[in-house]
Amino acid sequence: MKKVRVAFFDFSCCEGCQLQVANIGDLLLDILEKIELVEFREVMSERGGDYDVAVVEGSITTEHDVKRIKGIRQKAKVLIAYGSCACTGGVNGMKNNFDLEDVKEYVYKDRADWFNTVPTMAVDQVVKVDYYVNGCPVYPPEFVKVLKCALRGMPYKVPDYAVCVECKFNENECMYDKGVTCLGPITRAGCNSWCTNNGNICYGCRGMVSNPNKNGQKEVLKKYNIPLDWIMNKFNMYNKAKEGQQV
Amino acid sequence: MPKNVKVNVEYLTRVEGHGNIVVDVQDGKLKECRLDIIESPRFFEAMLRGRSIFEAQHITSRICGICACAHSLVSLQAAEDALGVKPSPQTTKLRKLLLHQELLDSHILHIYILVLPDLMKVKSFVPLLETHEKVVRRALKMKKCVNDVCEIIAGRHIHPISTVIGGFTKLPSKEDLKKILSMLKDLKLDIDATVELFKGIKFPEFERETEYVALVSDDDEYPLLEGDIGSTDGVRKHKHKYKEITNEFVVPHSTAKHTKLSRESYMVGALARLNLNFDKLLPRAKEVARELGFSVPCHNPYLNTVAQLIECVHCVDESISIVEEFLENGIDYSEQVVVGLNENSVVKVKAGWGVGAVEAPRGVLFHNYETDQDGRIINANCIIPTNQNLNNIEHDMKKLVPEILDKSEEEITLLLEMLVRAYDPCISCSTHFLDVEFVGRKS
Repeated sequence: MKKVRVAFFDFSCCEGCQLQVANIGDLLLDILEKIELVEFREVMSERGGDYDVAVVEGSITTEHDVKRIKGIRQKAKVLIAYGSCACTGGVNGMKNNFDLEDVKEYVYKDRADWFNTVPTMAVDQVVKVDYYVNGCPVYPPEFVKVLKCALRGMPYKVPDYAVCVECKFNENECMYDKGVTCLGPITRAGCNSWCTNNGNICYGCRGMVSNPNKNGQKEVLKKYNIPLDWIMNKFNMYNKAKEGQQV
Repeated sequence: MPKNVKVNVEYLTRVEGHGNIVVDVQDGKLKECRLDIIESPRFFEAMLRGRSIFEAQHITSRICGICACAHSLVSLQAAEDALGVKPSPQTTKLRKLLLHQELLDSHILHIYILVLPDLMKVKSFVPLLETHEKVVRRALKMKKCVNDVCEIIAGRHIHPISTVIGGFTKLPSKEDLKKILSMLKDLKLDIDATVELFKGIKFPEFERETEYVALVSDDDEYPLLEGDIGSTDGVRKHKHKYKEITNEFVVPHSTAKHTKLSRESYMVGALARLNLNFDKLLPRAKEVARELGFSVPCHNPYLNTVAQLIECVHCVDESISIVEEFLENGIDYSEQVVVGLNENSVVKVKAGWGVGAVEAPRGVLFHNYETDQDGRIINANCIIPTNQNLNNIEHDMKKLVPEILDKSEEEITLLLEMLVRAYDPCISCSTHFLDVEFVGRKS
């Protein structure tokens, strides 16, 4: 059987999601038996050639990025948006809270005009995306699941229920009961409530569920006396680039 | 013999982030020699403004996927410095354990996946699967082992979860500690095997003495998490004066901010740390250095990889002794921290200014925050090891190229790529690099 040709590409990001691939240990070797890795700049010098599946990490933040991602989309039969930066804009989106000129000047001072930067965009704000692996970083078991679906041409649907569902299964004490604001009630599950399992809150890195229980959430906020803009500011950390849009 | 050489490596591979090498030799004379950085700027420092100081760690760990724990730890140190919080001895020890895993993880990735293919004369670890399957399997196993240890201590390695201001939101149980100990003992055997492998490997010969900069301290511990900043040219400064160390400046025709201290450039990273603190290594690490024929002072940047391997030996031994100590004395679970935007007011917020200085795998890393009276960040500055090394890499290239002009362009290119890779540059980290479009750049 001809192996499916897979290429990894990175845009504006920390490259941590690519590294998650190297962190799955021996399982990686099993995957490599099924696919042919044709491009993966972070760990390979081989490049070029055609590919069937493009795994795209990072968000689109320059005009050059826009051209490049369009080129990748043209070549790829299947495109997987990989990680929060690609799926929702991720932390890069916080740039959109500011005027771009101000952001450039703050970091690069009198060299600010050396840059071209555009407001942060998720990959699907520029080209069509076939599969999503949400999360900052991606949750490796979910990536393997998505890859299997992509290789077989089967659909994968990111869970559209709240992180709370998984958190309850994991028998964690509710953060709200500890007096702490948590984004679990409005964030898409699929990470096995990774952060709350470890005593931290959910920061909403997987994007909002399509039908959040708004009234329920408002009641919770009222009960604990938490202002709405506080929650929205927190949710902005990963989702600013997709503000007002369905994830 | 006069010679023309043009090297233009676009999208340098097996490094973290995007960079190009440009070398231009005409009639045997070096006209141009640069490492161009083409990473898209991400503006972290600008984005931090207005965020709570309690969110700084979460956000800045996202600067880098390889050294997320180091960014996390230096961020916490800077934030705690600004807030006037002093971490408990238990917290400090756990953070040291985490930082050791960070060095191990990053060094293992660099040694095996990024550097070894060059030394074995192949393009990546993939062909090694055919010829050296055991070696690749060992590398992946080691990486997974360190990751599993991090998972227990901090939730995960890439973007740690439980590391927050004041301590940890989850503390390891006795069972966890036992698990870590057995994993680390396993890892130690694999590191020994790695040392054996490297005994038979030759690195390019090249020397250029430079100034080496790393954390220094007055006690006997190999300083990684805390200390002053010192150099082999006799400089020693408190971390609050980090700007007097880095002296960032912009060079005409260069695309990145450079740094210098007492001479034209300085180096940070494993080699710099060993040149400053070799005596403080644990005995087995010193022994391995001897076995590998490594001694200080060492002025061959290619040997940074060997220095990393020596640090692996030190870090695994030190980690084992930290875990054994925890197992003997127990963990105080009352120190577990409840997270939140300080909604429980455990830590009082105030206007402040703080600096963190931590040895990340690639060298000393600085974060600096200023907060208002509500604990919101008003100013942020991050200076990354790769930024500090860039100037030194270019000076190395300028000395190296004339020495190897008799070689073919392919060999020259490979030696230059290997030189840059030896520094293990982490370009996506480098928040201060400038981004320019180059004529003729392909994408």
